[in-house]
Amino acid sequence: MDAGIVSYGAYVPRYRITPTEIGKVWGVDGAGMGIGLNVHRKSVPGPDEDTITISTEALRVALVRGAIDPQTIGALYVGSESHPYAVKPTATVVAQAVGATPYLTAADFEFACKAGTAAIQTCLGLVGAHMIQYGVAIGSDTSQGAPGDALEYSASAGGAAFVIGREHIIARVNHTVSYTTDTPDFWRREGQRYPSHGGRFTGEPAFFRHVTECAAHMFETAGTSPKEYQHVVFHQPNGKFPQRVGKQLGFTDAQMKYGLVTPYIGNTYSGAALIGLANVLDVAKPGERILVVGYGSGAGSDAFDLVTTDEIATYDRRFGVPVQEYLDHGVEIPYAVYAKFRGKIHMGGS
Amino acid sequence: MTTVARYWRETPRRYNLGGCRCPTCRTVFFPPRSVCPACVTHRRSFGKMEPFQLSGDGEVFSYSIVHDAAEGFEMQVPYVLALVKTPEGPTLTGQVVDVAPDQIRIGLRVHATFRKLREEGRAGVIHYGYKFAPVSEPLAGTGTAESASPAQAPGERGRVRA
Repeated sequence: MDAGIVSYGAYVPRYRITPTEIGKVWGVDGAGMGIGLNVHRKSVPGPDEDTITISTEALRVALVRGAIDPQTIGALYVGSESHPYAVKPTATVVAQAVGATPYLTAADFEFACKAGTAAIQTCLGLVGAHMIQYGVAIGSDTSQGAPGDALEYSASAGGAAFVIGREHIIARVNHTVSYTTDTPDFWRREGQRYPSHGGRFTGEPAFFRHVTECAAHMFETAGTSPKEYQHVVFHQPNGKFPQRVGKQLGFTDAQMKYGLVTPYIGNTYSGAALIGLANVLDVAKPGERILVVGYGSGAGSDAFDLVTTDEIATYDRRFGVPVQEYLDHGVEIPYAVYAKFRGKIHMGGS
Repeated sequence: MTTVARYWRETPRRYNLGGCRCPTCRTVFFPPRSVCPACVTHRRSFGKMEPFQLSGDGEVFSYSIVHDAAEGFEMQVPYVLALVKTPEGPTLTGQVVDVAPDQIRIGLRVHATFRKLREEGRAGVIHYGYKFAPVSEPLAGTGTAESASPAQAPGERGRVRA
């Protein structure tokens, strides 16, 4: 494939809350819940942050790092399940905020947690067909779990932006494949504030089936096996599922090390696999092979077989914050502040 | 609905710090002006002011800590409102986020960040624009909401302009 990642950027809000703190409110063993999920803390957006601001911050970093003129962007897609508007695109605000308007196509994508990887595939098609010079794919969310629900211990906020192009590629996409079925494991109906899910049904018939089948399809398509990859990134609704599916497929902890970020920032939904990929690219050297397998409820998986190029050795990452900083640091807040920031307190009025 | 049109007109400067520059004396203005008041021959600048985008860099010139919030900012008190001196010349008024009020100081290096400014109720339009966030020196340590310092939390930009 004559296309790949030219530049990237990630952004995670600064606030954090621990499962222990959440559990205290609901009379639950939060620490035990955190251990079970392998989530030590999750990110919380500030009261003035949403999918649009997170997407913009991530993309601004990507554009500066890649020294890319925003006017050369021909397509911009934002994948999220927490677009601030039901009707009015996130992508238009982001495009205007980075100076990419008006001569580009833009749209919002939604496919639970894999809308960002679907956006990358779309950009690869447009770039590969020489219809545009650069395409931008963003996966970003400010996800919410209902108060007291198991999701509340992991649902967090963050995003990553990838610029797809044909020149100065730092990670070439060799192959991309998908695996899609109608599997109702997780959903949110129109007008509902919080998502619903099928509990344990989200595991074997949903996440594990789609990720393993998609990965197997990729191995067959690319003629590869797990040992040929230096890094692997899975969608990570918690810290446990990706480790288990990785072991099932034959990957080692060392291969999964940099791609697993959820234990430290929670599940950023559409941003989860993409922030994991950004963390891998933060440390990758030329010639390293990367497998990414995203997953979105509903359900589907997108897989990418990438290899880093010599360009990554001179890629300028000085602008923006390395993903590792987001994993290591943050400002912990109590549940009351979290509830205020996330709009969980009824203030009266309209 | 009048504010929808007004905010839309102000989008270039709210989103991208779009100001203007006098072609004669090179003075930069934010918000943009149609005539240069700094030029002796200011009438000649009428209609000739050039668009100019600020870099977003700056440092805190002075600040207030707001406890009695303006409408729409109730969830953020206490918050910091600052005058930010830019290297291009203009001094901007803006909120400084991602910094605890006891950590704000005159001279603090900041950079523009993109945030929600306000919402027109639950069904209305959402307004976005610039605020400022501290530029980290190196990022280190962890903290609590009460003790957060400019060097302690991610989200602050470890920004090095190329």
